[in-house]
Amino acid sequence: MPISLTHYLILSAVIFSIGLFGALAKRNVVVILMSIELMFNAVNVALIAFSRYLPVPPADAAQQGLNGQVFALFIIAVAAAEAAVALAIILAIYRERRSVSVEDVNLMKW
Amino acid sequence: MTTDNWAALVFYVISICLIVSALGVVLLPRIVHSALALVLFFFMIAGIYILLQADFIAATQVIIYVGAITVLFLFAIMLTHRSYAPDSNPGNSQWMAAVVVAVVIGGILVGVLSQARFQITSAITPGGVADVTAALGKLLMGPYLVPFEIAGMLLLAAMIGAIVIARET
Repeated sequence: MPISLTHYLILSAVIFSIGLFGALAKRNVVVILMSIELMFNAVNVALIAFSRYLPVPPADAAQQGLNGQVFALFIIAVAAAEAAVALAIILAIYRERRSVSVEDVNLMKW
Repeated sequence: MTTDNWAALVFYVISICLIVSALGVVLLPRIVHSALALVLFFFMIAGIYILLQADFIAATQVIIYVGAITVLFLFAIMLTHRSYAPDSNPGNSQWMAAVVVAVVIGGILVGVLSQARFQITSAITPGGVADVTAALGKLLMGPYLVPFEIAGMLLLAAMIGAIVIARET
């Protein structure tokens, strides 16, 4: 049975759930950020699979079916910016609290 | 074996590596090992992109994720941990609820996606173009010029913001 769009989408969904579990269940902020990167990559796989397998509508003929790849590029750029700022925030919190556990940063918890 | 069979074999090997390394990121007890599992994960994602004939995105993935973001993570770990003991990657008190939420959302996604019937193209390459990289460049400099410039501004703002936030006061 040849590999089709559905295989890639299911792989993407499985990776997304693993990342979701990590983001919800871990105590270390750095690992939560890594889990968020897992979810970003899962979404990118889905976008690029759609861009590979879906037919190009006539109205988008100028885009040559590469819209999904352009979206993935922008997601990579935004994820890089997010990682840089988030790690800077983690460093600032560590300097203030001497800890990277989310349970020590609970000022805004009700 | 035919080309389809080889592609299926490569897909399944990469998928197993992906799921194992993703589980490694969230489950390994030492945080440095999690970061190294993340490197394997990013490489395997690049393999998936090559299978999908997105070669430029695959190269971008290796340069940005494997090259830059991993180093960023390793530096963050180095600067915020005094020891890399086996308990440096602990779970929190709500991990059972997290398992339930992740399994429910994953189950719904897999169920819906495996039922959906998409209209699939039979083109050999995406959109039938031969040189994806050149076409991507023309798209970024043409229809997507404004988002491209905004992404550049966002990266500049993030860089300045990261320097200001992380600076010793």
